[in-house]
Amino acid sequence: MESRRHARVQEVLKTEWSFYGFSQTRFTEKLEVVDSKQVEAFPIYRATDSNGEFITPENDPKFSKELAVKMYESMTFLNTMDKILYDSQRQGRISFYMTNFGEEASHIGSAAALDPTDLVYGQYREAGVLMYRGFPLEQFMHQCYGNSMDIGKGKQMPVHYGSAEHHFVTISSPLTTQMPQAVGSAYAFKRAKNDRVVCVYFGDGAASEGDAHAAFNFAATLDCPIIFFCRNNGYAISTPTAEQYAGDGIAGKGPGYGLHTIRVDGNDLFAVYNATKEARRLALENKPVLIEAMTYRAGHHSTSDDSTAYRTKEEVDSWMEKDNAINRFRKYLERKGWWNEEAEKAWIQQSRKDVLKAFSYAEKVHKQHPHEMFNGVYAELPEHLRRQQDAMDKHLEEYGEHYPLDQFGVKK
Amino acid sequence: MSSHFSFVPREADPSLGETTKMNLCQAVNNAMDQAMADDDTAVVFGEDVAFGGVFRCSLGLQDKYGKDRVFNTPLCEQGIAGFGIGMAVAGSTAIAEIQFGDYIFPAFDQLVNEAAKYRYRSGGLFSCGKLTFGDYIFPAFDQLVNEAANHTPGLKVVVPRGPIQAKGLLLSCIEDDNPSVFFEPKILYRTAVEQVPVNKYKVELGKGEIVRSGTDVTMVGWGTQLHVLLEVAELAQEKLGVSCEVIDLQSILPWDVDLISNSVVKTGRLLVSHEAPLTSGFAAEIASTIQENCFLNLEAPVARVCGWDTPFPHVYEPFYLPSKWRCFDAVKKLTTY
Repeated sequence: MESRRHARVQEVLKTEWSFYGFSQTRFTEKLEVVDSKQVEAFPIYRATDSNGEFITPENDPKFSKELAVKMYESMTFLNTMDKILYDSQRQGRISFYMTNFGEEASHIGSAAALDPTDLVYGQYREAGVLMYRGFPLEQFMHQCYGNSMDIGKGKQMPVHYGSAEHHFVTISSPLTTQMPQAVGSAYAFKRAKNDRVVCVYFGDGAASEGDAHAAFNFAATLDCPIIFFCRNNGYAISTPTAEQYAGDGIAGKGPGYGLHTIRVDGNDLFAVYNATKEARRLALENKPVLIEAMTYRAGHHSTSDDSTAYRTKEEVDSWMEKDNAINRFRKYLERKGWWNEEAEKAWIQQSRKDVLKAFSYAEKVHKQHPHEMFNGVYAELPEHLRRQQDAMDKHLEEYGEHYPLDQFGVKK
Repeated sequence: MSSHFSFVPREADPSLGETTKMNLCQAVNNAMDQAMADDDTAVVFGEDVAFGGVFRCSLGLQDKYGKDRVFNTPLCEQGIAGFGIGMAVAGSTAIAEIQFGDYIFPAFDQLVNEAAKYRYRSGGLFSCGKLTFGDYIFPAFDQLVNEAANHTPGLKVVVPRGPIQAKGLLLSCIEDDNPSVFFEPKILYRTAVEQVPVNKYKVELGKGEIVRSGTDVTMVGWGTQLHVLLEVAELAQEKLGVSCEVIDLQSILPWDVDLISNSVVKTGRLLVSHEAPLTSGFAAEIASTIQENCFLNLEAPVARVCGWDTPFPHVYEPFYLPSKWRCFDAVKKLTTY
């Protein structure tokens, strides 16, 4: 009798379970509120230790010498460009800059695992991805100067790069807006069956925006071929992660949305590469993946920020000594016999020379004609904007001497 | 509540060929259907669009075009907007629906900071021109039109007054190479019925239309309010012997400055009416532009008959709306100034 009743109860429960949709749940008679602190945190996947030595051999993606050297050169070149442009902003030669110090391995490791035609959406601290894809050094400089050779036509602040040729969607300042957009592009790719995925980068702070929630949920419910790549560098300007979230970081959110999820050591290029490679494989099966790369923002937030106001120099130094993405990879290269002190010196010297040359060239190029200000608001120039442009021209005819026309290639 | 307007059906342009009876809702459905038939990349998405939409505008489209082209999204307007932008960036035609105009505000950041500025800020490298937002608006909720339009260079904003315009304008929005917002006056969905051309046709964006010619006063409106103005024109003729020219603005951004200016040069008097609140409503933009263009022709100050500067009320709705009697009184004052 008892067992028949039990079976009936089970039958009822089974039908009631369908109410919960596809979630795999069960009934329990134990009153237990889950304490998030007791839930096991995502481990940090790493391939090498802080000396760049493989802990288990199967994690070695076995790069060719050529590829490994290219990766190292990309990281260090980015580093050199950052140092020079940061200093140039301090000298007042460009208006604004944001460095990538400490996050080089997450850029290069992920970029290398993507197909060059995969569409990338970034936040602003992903210049390494664009650099790895071969965006010309000169174009970085032209963008920061907003001169007439900038393919973005001088419309945005420095470091807001973009390149259709390199499948890198133009950066914009509003945080996280790129995330649901990236999901939309991924959906379009899925429909086009073009074997491309979308990779969208964002910081741990940006993940708090509503758009991040929208993006995770849309990607999962609409089965989009997308990789969410979170750079968790410990700070959003002055706000430490402890004030950003109380759960298990960003990775901890992934399963709640139905995303495949992994947390990686962002200072380990090999781990980032392996994780991104696997994420790309899953994404191509229309399984969206969330990667959280743990790293440390070694530089100031931007040139408008002095980070010593909220963290100590000792904290930064200890991070960089303890675990520096570039040094870690360099140790690997040196052990392989693919790099040495001499190569390092020559490379840094050459990089500096190249950056300085491109920099001083960009500085001399005049800006676009002010008419460019009216272009691109719409695909066409509407009548009201043409009239406003005429009004500006007329104004400049009489008052041109009060404007910096010579910087814009206009003869007074 | 009895309606504050009566819909006046119009004759479709005979050159557009065969017509069939449609209400505004069916005209919208017909436009999306034809856009999807001609463009494999075109998709329709939003909250509850899969089963036909809460106003039945997408009825039958999923059966016809498949689940990957007509689909529900999670309930999140900022996500819908961002997702639509991304589809358009990747080259697809995205027709996004926001269930009610009132709920477009969570998407404003995506709309104003992103969609509107995509082409500009990238120097033309990327754009989301193939994005169209469809928004249903309540009778007096076109404050949204103004907020979306007034200060957002880069967007096109459109409001139809009836089924013929709805189909032509929506097809223009979908095919235009700029992101656009198409506001559908919800009150007209079923009440507005007329003979709509069966073939595909477009109504040019950025252009208004003289719906009734006149010589004494120019009256400008859009959406449902246009029908109020047409009635006012009748009343004015009958009771005051005043001849009103009624213009449907149709496109709020960019708007047809020359059409209104030329009319006011002729009539010397202008009344602008909208359901949205007065202060900073789009009538203010029209009034100041016309004052600048037609200063020597104006015989009286420009009149604005609008919603009051209050939230849109429930039981006080008849007193809130810019009724035909308020508009009529404004015409009287304009002609006796």
